[in-house]
This record gives sequence, structure tokens and C-alpha cells, in this order.
Amino acid sequence: MSTMTREETEALIAEVLEVYPDKAKKDRTKHLAANDVSVEQSKKCITSNRKSLPGVMTIRGCAYAGSKGVVWGPIKDMIHISHGPVGCGQYSRAGRRNYYVGTTGVDTFGTMNFTSDFQEKDIVFGGDKKLAKLIEEIEQLFPLHKGISVQSECPIGLIGDDIESVSKKASAAIEKPVIPVRCEGFRGVSQSLGHHIANDAIRDWVLDKRDGVTADSTPYDVAIIGDYNIGGDAWATRILLEEMGLRVVAQWSGDGTIAEMMNTPKVKLNLLHCYRSMNYISRHMEEKYGIPYLEYNFFGPTKIIESCRKIAAFFDDTVKEKTEAMIAHYQPMMDAIVAKYKPRLQGKKVMLYVGGLRPRHVIGAYEDLGMEVIGTGYEFAHNDDYDRTIKEMGDATLLYDDVTGFELEEFVKRLKPDMVGSGIKEKYIFQKMGIPLRQMHSWDYSGPYHGYDGFAIFARDMDIALSNPTFKNLVPPWKKVEAEDVKKAA
Amino acid sequence: MANIMIRQGEKGLTFYLPKRDLEASIESIEFDSPEKWGGELKLDNGGSYYIDPIAKPPRLPISLRAKRLGAAED
Ligand code: SF4
Repeated sequence: MSTMTREETEALIAEVLEVYPDKAKKDRTKHLAANDVSVEQSKKCITSNRKSLPGVMTIRGCAYAGSKGVVWGPIKDMIHISHGPVGCGQYSRAGRRNYYVGTTGVDTFGTMNFTSDFQEKDIVFGGDKKLAKLIEEIEQLFPLHKGISVQSECPIGLIGDDIESVSKKASAAIEKPVIPVRCEGFRGVSQSLGHHIANDAIRDWVLDKRDGVTADSTPYDVAIIGDYNIGGDAWATRILLEEMGLRVVAQWSGDGTIAEMMNTPKVKLNLLHCYRSMNYISRHMEEKYGIPYLEYNFFGPTKIIESCRKIAAFFDDTVKEKTEAMIAHYQPMMDAIVAKYKPRLQGKKVMLYVGGLRPRHVIGAYEDLGMEVIGTGYEFAHNDDYDRTIKEMGDATLLYDDVTGFELEEFVKRLKPDMVGSGIKEKYIFQKMGIPLRQMHSWDYSGPYHGYDGFAIFARDMDIALSNPTFKNLVPPWKKVEAEDVKKAA
Repeated sequence: MANIMIRQGEKGLTFYLPKRDLEASIESIEFDSPEKWGGELKLDNGGSYYIDPIAKPPRLPISLRAKRLGAAED
């Protein structure tokens, strides 16, 4: 399906890497590959989850970003303290578009930034007293919060503050959970370790708190794991699951609450969307509570139908019937969308570079629109993510792990995709190069993209980006005249 | 010795090493009978680990301690 042969792709990689010093070239070569669909083990063709090379532009985040920004942050009825200097929290505040319902500042706190604002004296004398005082103040000012998590920034680990003991004492005093999370930014090579640390903190401090308490349950209870409700994604997902006859008990963690998390061990099946950030807790629940987990994909009708059937297979016939009825109900709507947009988008080429699940999950949605993904890569994936990606991508397409700013720019220049799907850091670089870009982290202020409703928006957004007349007017008029003169003269 | 988790995957047993976030499928297991289960595990990434043989666990996944025999990962 791909337009490039394996040799061409490999030559391209070699050419782009030419400018690096030998050592850097050797290291980076391992992270770039031409996809080989016959390989079962990605590690044979691509290396991942390694420290980024000093001196190149990487766009990875830190463990704190993985824990506070991704996993804990969206839990709306808790207050997440960015413990340390003010910057880490303030510059990432409310940037992820995890939608939620509630009154911010009263019973929900998603878009607010709480920080202990470390100063020199806190570094020198330790910040434990400050943290204790901060928790006291929170309790006074925001009495309706349901718990606090202490998200450590780099200095906390460096100066060796004992946030665990402060949390324990404070928790006893305010009679609410106070959870210390050791997610200092310097841990690990990317935000990925932050996800793991955050999952472990949930396992140790939250998950078993209602063990032994009986809650009313049905045989159809499920939890949505690893959906952060970007632009309303989890809601679009929830609608479908409910139409299938399932009862969604918990949303992790987009628009989620701590009570939902505590109730999750009672569900029958965990539905895992973002494998990278929440497989840890799913594995734990599978072992401890015997709850199986299932990876699914709600991008684009093909994958939605596939996933819904897979989910329904876990349940009895009523669910299976309802699922088929639902699929049939939405089919005309999907056909109409495809009929409208496919002719406009057919054959367009896309390159992706995103985070945890989208580099492989959205491929199906693009293909539903007749578009082709010619290159994809992750910021912080592990080998198991690439195992899963290899099968989704065409043979000999380009794979790049933790791609550097330079490499991505060069790849785009050579491959000339019609569109790039990446983040805000790439957006303006590529748009200035004349290539439309959709942010695939935050859905570019749009969304949701999950589910049937999401696909309609996805298709429209891709069309908007590609048909934007701006990109035909990148050459200023005075230069255009010249170009036409040259043409005439020729 | 490392903590590992063995899980029933779609296509067979899978091996998971939480410390390094390493997932691989198990190609062969030395002992696989109800009374004796475990021994040497050969992974599809070329590595191999050893777990003390135990009675076959009634339910997977299960966390165990394993010794690394041959390092293939990295
Ligand atoms: S690396 Fe450290 S200082 Fe930088 S944002 Fe992360 S926690 Fe803050």
C-alpha cells in the first residue's frame, strides 16, 4: 500500500542521519526503521524507551508530567498539589483539555493549579512544614474536595523531603485521602515512568480502600480505563457502551472521581484505551481481583465495530444483540460521513507523531476516510507498543521513535505528506512550511474524536485542515507574479 | 531475582517484567503439568528466565520471582 519501497525508506533514514556525528548516528539509527509487517517482535527493528540523546531536540516530558498531567490531573474532585517550584504546574495548567462537569473551585478542581511554590529557603530547610500548612489551607478554603495528591517535582527528591509522613499525618487530620506520589521529573527517560509511578500510587493508596465493602453491582459493570476525556472523548465512548447495555462504573481518569476509582475493583471487565499509561493498573486488577482487561480502539467506524464486538463477546446474548442493533443504527450515519468526506480526502497522506496510543489507534480512522498514514512514531512508547503498531502500518512505511526536531522536519520535507498530525510544538513549524497540521494531542481545540459522534467531528476537522485556502496563498503576491512570468517565458 | 508476572494472552502465555516494563510472549515452558509447572521460560525476544516449579496456578495472571538465565533484551 505504501508508496515507498523498503530500500527507499532505508536510504531516506540514512540520508537524514548523515549530518550527525558517528556516535549519535549509531544511536539514532536504532530508533528509526522501515516497517516490516512480517516481524512479530518490534525490538528486532526498532529500539524504544531509551534516554534521549543530549544535544538534540526531543519533545518528551518528564515523570511529573506523566503523573500529574496525565494520570492524576483529570481526577476532578481531588486537589493535586504540584509540590515544588511554581513553574512545573503553572506552565502545564489546564493545557490538556480534560473536560469535566462540576463547579470549578467548589467541588471540582481540574483546571486549577495548586502549588507549594518553593523558594530558596524551602530548598535549604526543607518543605515539609509548608506542605502540611498548604494542606490545612486547602481543607479550609475548599472543604468539598474529596482528597489530595502530592505530586513531587524535581527538588523534592533532591532534598529528600519526607512527603509520605506529612501525607499520613495530614490524612488522619482531615479524614480524607492524602496521597504522596514520588513522580519527580528526573525519574526515568520520559513521562512514561510517571504513568507507571502514578499507577503504582493508585494501587497502593486508592484501589483497595473499599475492598470488602459490598456495592450494588450488575453483571454488566465495566470501567473505562485510560480515557482522559480530551474534548469529551470519554463521554462519546460512554454513550456507545451504555447503548450496548453495559453500565460504566468508572472513568479513569477523564471526568473521573476518586470514588469511581475505589469502586473499580467490583467491575466485570476493564476496558483499556490508552494501553501505555494504564496497563499497569489493569494488570494489577487482573491479578488481584480477577478482572480481565481488554484493549479497544474507538477511532473510526471500522475499529469501533471491531472493538464493540470484541467487548460484547465477554457478555451474554442481550449485550450482543444490543451491540448489533447499535452498529446497525449508526451505520447510515457513518456511510453518510464517509460519502461526504472520502471523495475530498481520498489518497491524502498523513504523518503522525504523538504520544501514547494515537500513533497506532487513529490509523484506522484515517483509512476509513481513504487517507494513508505514511509515517508514525511515539514520544515515549515501549517495545510492546511497537509490537502492536507494526501490524497496523503498511509495509516499508516509516517508523520513528522519540524523533528529534531535525529528523521529523527532514522526513516531512522528503516524504511531503499532505498533512501532519502531531502536537503544538510541531504545529507552527510545519504550517510555516506549508503543510497543514492537526494537533493530535488536544484535538486542536476540537473533539471529541472517540466513538461514532467523534468520527463525524474527526472527518470534518481533517477536511477543514486540508481544504484550508491559506495553504494555497503561502507565496506572497509579488513573488507569485515572478513565478508566473517565469512560466510564461519558459 | 526479579518480580515477574505471567498472564494468559490471546495467543499463549505472556511474560511481563514490571521493573523494566518489558512484555514478551513465552515460547516454551519447561514443566507444564498440573503438579509441576514452571522451570525455564524461553521468551520470544531471545531471553530466558527460571521460575521455581510449583503446582499449576488455578488462575492467571500470577506474580512470581524469577531468575534471569540469558539476557536478550536491550
Ligand atoms: S523535569 Fe522537574 S522541574 Fe522540569 S517540569 Fe518536570 S518536575 Fe518540573
